[in-house]
Amino acid sequence: MYAYDQYDQQMVDARVAEFRDQARRRLEGKLSEDQFKPLRLMNGLYLQLHAYMLRVAIPYGTLSGAQMHTLADIAEKYDRGYGHFTTRQNIQYNWIKLEDAADILADLAKVEMHAIQTSGNCIRNISSDHFAGAAADEVTDPRPYAELLRQWSSFHPEFSYLPRKFKIAVIASEQDRAAMRLHDIGINIVRNSDGELGAAFYVGGGMGRTPMIAPQIRDFVPLDQLVTYAEACLRVYNRYGRRDNKYKARIKILVHELGAEEYTRQVEEEFQHLLDSGVEPPFAELERIRTFFADPAYDEAAPDDIDRSDPDFALWVDRNTVAHKQDGYVSAVISLKPVGGIPGDATAEQMRVMADLATRYSFDELRVMHTQNVVLPHVRKADLNAIWTALDEAGLGSPNLDTIEDIIACPGLDYCSLANARSIPVAQKIAQRFAETKKTATLGQLKLKISGCINACGHHHAGHIGILGVDRKGVENYQLSLGGSEAEDVSLAKITGPGFDEDGIVDAVETVTSVYEREREGEERFLDTYRRIGMGPFKEALYG
Amino acid sequence: MADQTPPAEGRGPDTGPESDTMLRYREDDPVAHAAVTVDAFLDQSNAAAVRVEPGDDARELIPHLERLDLVEVNFPSFGDGRGYSSARILREAGYDGELRAVGDVLVDQLAYMRRCGFDAFDPDAPLDAEDVEAAFARWPEVYQSAADTRTPIWSKRHA
Repeated sequence: MYAYDQYDQQMVDARVAEFRDQARRRLEGKLSEDQFKPLRLMNGLYLQLHAYMLRVAIPYGTLSGAQMHTLADIAEKYDRGYGHFTTRQNIQYNWIKLEDAADILADLAKVEMHAIQTSGNCIRNISSDHFAGAAADEVTDPRPYAELLRQWSSFHPEFSYLPRKFKIAVIASEQDRAAMRLHDIGINIVRNSDGELGAAFYVGGGMGRTPMIAPQIRDFVPLDQLVTYAEACLRVYNRYGRRDNKYKARIKILVHELGAEEYTRQVEEEFQHLLDSGVEPPFAELERIRTFFADPAYDEAAPDDIDRSDPDFALWVDRNTVAHKQDGYVSAVISLKPVGGIPGDATAEQMRVMADLATRYSFDELRVMHTQNVVLPHVRKADLNAIWTALDEAGLGSPNLDTIEDIIACPGLDYCSLANARSIPVAQKIAQRFAETKKTATLGQLKLKISGCINACGHHHAGHIGILGVDRKGVENYQLSLGGSEAEDVSLAKITGPGFDEDGIVDAVETVTSVYEREREGEERFLDTYRRIGMGPFKEALYG
Repeated sequence: MADQTPPAEGRGPDTGPESDTMLRYREDDPVAHAAVTVDAFLDQSNAAAVRVEPGDDARELIPHLERLDLVEVNFPSFGDGRGYSSARILREAGYDGELRAVGDVLVDQLAYMRRCGFDAFDPDAPLDAEDVEAAFARWPEVYQSAADTRTPIWSKRHA
């Protein structure tokens, strides 16, 4: 894991002092709320329906046991004993008092954490593959590049008042586990025909009210020009992104309106200007960062077999563990989707269980997934039973990774001031329905995603099944869409037709899964069947 | 890369000719005449001061930098960050005259503006002198190379 040096520590400490000073000036009336708002947002502090919400950055989703313990302590000390893991690998607390915020940031700084740029019109926390460093299929660990970009983007003097928020994801494998092409910039670290590593840049993707898949604008940026190229992408956006309408201000609109070709031309021109300007860190800095992400000291003699005599354990192993590059190891996914629970929520006690398991069994490392689960990235197969037993006792043993119970949902109208409809109760009802009918198992991989408004925080555009809550004349109404994917086979879901009420949407989801069960061939996933047979049969079953 | 210089180096806050709220971090005397628009500047040959609005392309000034003593960059609203890019573009092109941020310039943006090459500030509303001092002293280090002379952390790590 990356560890701060004196410089990194000075920067987060300075940030805490800055925020404390800003909060003081706000309370003294020297700052108006309009002036204070972007400052507090750049420290992750939102004003929500009931209280302030604080979003803490978990850079590229990686954290240590001690950091997870601090997250648990914050949940207990300043919130109501729980936190909510988000679709950008961060954690949010929903019941924060403004006067506590600076103290929370100070607590975070003690364990090399912060809330820097987790909100606001700036470059946000950089996300990555939650199996980075463990995945059997990766070209290299993508996190050193994410860390390099984290430092570059932190307190960037030119790009802190962008037209709108800016999200970057970095992956390094053909399989995309980070929704890379649905980001403002998606970077895929690839190897060229000469065997050199470089970065493929995809720019202008996103969800929200105008979902777009990012086009590739450069197939190979040499690693010693990575920061310069990102700087060029951002400068063109900062200068020419729309500022007249906040709903058209994301870079996807600029790329769409200019066309990918013209945007690329402008970036390349800016890139030429910047090449000699000295913005690129020396390659030695990338090498320094890489040393922090070296493989842990694996047990070379770790046995490969698993005692599967307990069927409940065997089911969890089949569903929730993923192949590891090291023999005798897997990555184990801790589901934060217990049937009837709130997707992504964990109590302080559960966080401590996860932290201690990581320390004991996973080289002190945890990952947050964009699907709102947590990973123990490097565990010996021989330790799985002990891990599962401890998780099960803590209510963390749900064997439902990538099933219809593994729902992504935004906080919705229960917490969020932007939402038009509730998301959480719909997620709970759907999970309960499929758990009761035991259809979860037979449906296999089925990614269901729910957003409570068109801002699409619940990624409904990218769901095999997507649900969007809207307000129809004061009544919550849910639109159903099918065929989305955030993975390497990226696609945007299409709306089936008229929406449904809260109970109706649960029935409608069951109806489309029945069509799949009837129509599927061989090992097809729901998504594959939909792509083969199209919307017709689903529509007919839904609307007759 | 030059050594880090304190961001508030120079003569320190000064009272310029145009207003009593101006902060200036240059040794030379302020330009006395008013700035013209970019369009007007490009049309006439004798102006030495120009005002860049957020929608203007600062690169249009690059062929004429030698006859410019003052570039004002206007921030009609502090949330519109285009002026930061305008400033860096001019500095990257070698402009070494006065670069003045004007308009809705607030204390919490000063440090970033300074890093982008601004060396004078003429805010609409006066700034508290202590807050200004604190803002410039805030950041012990910087992560990026920008248009100022501060040494980025990555350079110190590999010195």
